[in-house]
Amino acid sequence: MNKIKSKREKRYQAVLTAVMILIMLITVYPVWYSLINSLNSAQDIAKNGFAMILPGEFSVDSWKSVLKNPEIFRAFGITLSRTVIVTILQTMITAMFAYGFSRENLTGKKFYTAIGFLSMYLNGGVIAYFILFNALHIYNTYWVYIIPCLFGGFYNVIIFNTNCKAIPDSLFESAKIDGASEYTVFFKIVIPLSKPVISALGIFTAVGTWNDYSQTLYYTKSSEIQTLSYYMLSITKSSASAAQLGETMSAGASSVLTTMSNSAANYKTIELACMVLSALPLIIIYPFAQKFFEKGVMVGSVKG
Amino acid sequence: MNKKKKKGFRPGYDRATQFQLHTLMLPGTILMLMFSIVPLFGLLLAFKNYKVVEGIKGVFTSPWYGFQNFKIIFGNFDFRRMLTNTLGINLIGNLVGILAAIGFALFINEIAHAKFKSVVQTVTYMPHFISWVVFGSIIITLLSGDGGLFNQILLKLGVIKTPIVFMAQPKYFWAIAILSNLVKELGWSTILYTAAISGVDQELYEAADLDGASRIQKMRYVTLPCIKGTIVIMVIFAVAGIMNNNFDQIFVLQNPFNIERSEVIDTYIYKVGMQQLQFGMAAAVNIFKSILAIILLGIANFVSNKLTDNGLF
Repeated sequence: MNKIKSKREKRYQAVLTAVMILIMLITVYPVWYSLINSLNSAQDIAKNGFAMILPGEFSVDSWKSVLKNPEIFRAFGITLSRTVIVTILQTMITAMFAYGFSRENLTGKKFYTAIGFLSMYLNGGVIAYFILFNALHIYNTYWVYIIPCLFGGFYNVIIFNTNCKAIPDSLFESAKIDGASEYTVFFKIVIPLSKPVISALGIFTAVGTWNDYSQTLYYTKSSEIQTLSYYMLSITKSSASAAQLGETMSAGASSVLTTMSNSAANYKTIELACMVLSALPLIIIYPFAQKFFEKGVMVGSVKG
Repeated sequence: MNKKKKKGFRPGYDRATQFQLHTLMLPGTILMLMFSIVPLFGLLLAFKNYKVVEGIKGVFTSPWYGFQNFKIIFGNFDFRRMLTNTLGINLIGNLVGILAAIGFALFINEIAHAKFKSVVQTVTYMPHFISWVVFGSIIITLLSGDGGLFNQILLKLGVIKTPIVFMAQPKYFWAIAILSNLVKELGWSTILYTAAISGVDQELYEAADLDGASRIQKMRYVTLPCIKGTIVIMVIFAVAGIMNNNFDQIFVLQNPFNIERSEVIDTYIYKVGMQQLQFGMAAAVNIFKSILAIILLGIANFVSNKLTDNGLF
């Protein structure tokens, strides 16, 4: 009896494993697809269509032109500096606010709660920000990437707040008896004890900032300050690819397998190399940061 | 600490401590007031006839317009179309997404090998962290009419004779939006369910084993009831967010050919407000969306309180 059961169990596990591997392949495939095609020569794509498993004709031409392009280089720099500055300052400012907010003896707590929840549930909309940023003279400047993003929002405050409340009161009391100020308590006790939450929130902020393109789309217009994400958006939505789409639409009916012209294929491989380049930092840090991601969501769910 | 202990003095309420706490909170407070509370003036714009050139002062000085902006919007042919798209993509997408996430979480939990389990989780979470610009344009390439993967496979299998330009045909757009979101978010969306499942008391499973319960029965009668709370909360959030399409996703996948099925509220606000500069109308759509979202949240919460004694508040 037992033997039959374990045999069935084994078969079940084998099927399960196979299905899970299939799901993993599907999730990873899109990234793999763009990687191999960015390393494929444009002529091969024009002739045989996009590669499916391995590059048909290996070539690093598209990568060379991407890495030589000064515009991409600048966009990369802007995105990187913005991500670093916003992540550090935002995490700091949010943590400071959340610590103050978590103290039982804080006066005026009602005021902070009120503006906090208002900011969470209502927003003035894109238009209001457009007018405000114009009035503040940060529209179409680098500052529009930094200043409005320096506070992590009230939701993060709530998460951090839960964490502060979990620190035993006796620690605060003994520090106060030793004559420590609130600043000392925050920097010497709260920060070291909150490292997991801080790293989780920091990583979420970094990923969000790195991937964001709407700030550029809405509140800037000159190409000198575009971010990497926005640069790629403009490639994807450029007139060239739209025209390509229309072309194939009309050609599609006549030929059996439409393939693109050499120049269009060339353009496409460069686009894909660009995609891989921008996703690369995230893919590299991902395995290391993964445990923090998970922790961050868990911390949030405790409150929910 | 050399302060004189007055009558009614409570520790922690002295001036120095309060000053220090409030200064710690000052940067956050200023930012929140400036960039969350002040922009609420945008809500006024919906009832005003505002022109861009008037600047920030114009928000208050421009003439009142009553409900004229709302009338124009609701009468617009575009408006009904984008409302249908918003609701359609979100309703089907959320239904498919939540069911798939619960199912996937249940089966991840069945994996016996702990290491393999964590590999599955790590790998399937990954696309969540890739931006929609990148993921979206990969999807566009995969679906490309000239040599994209799907057309190559369909042609080889002989299902189609000529390639389909998926991105240029409106009828495919909902499916593309829903399925691409599913591939990108499936792994990540299980995270709360797997957490809830791992919190289920193991003794319940042992008891079920003794009663001779099958695998499916254990899922049905032990796991699902135990994670009911999490499911309810996720459904409430989904219902409340039904008016919120993922702008990042839809905007990348949208093009002039599929606009008929790809225009949703958020892209509409962008188009009307930022491209046509009709600020009043864009603000009106924004208010309409916010009010509907709050009402839906209330209804979803009320219904789940009645049905399951389990709600958000």
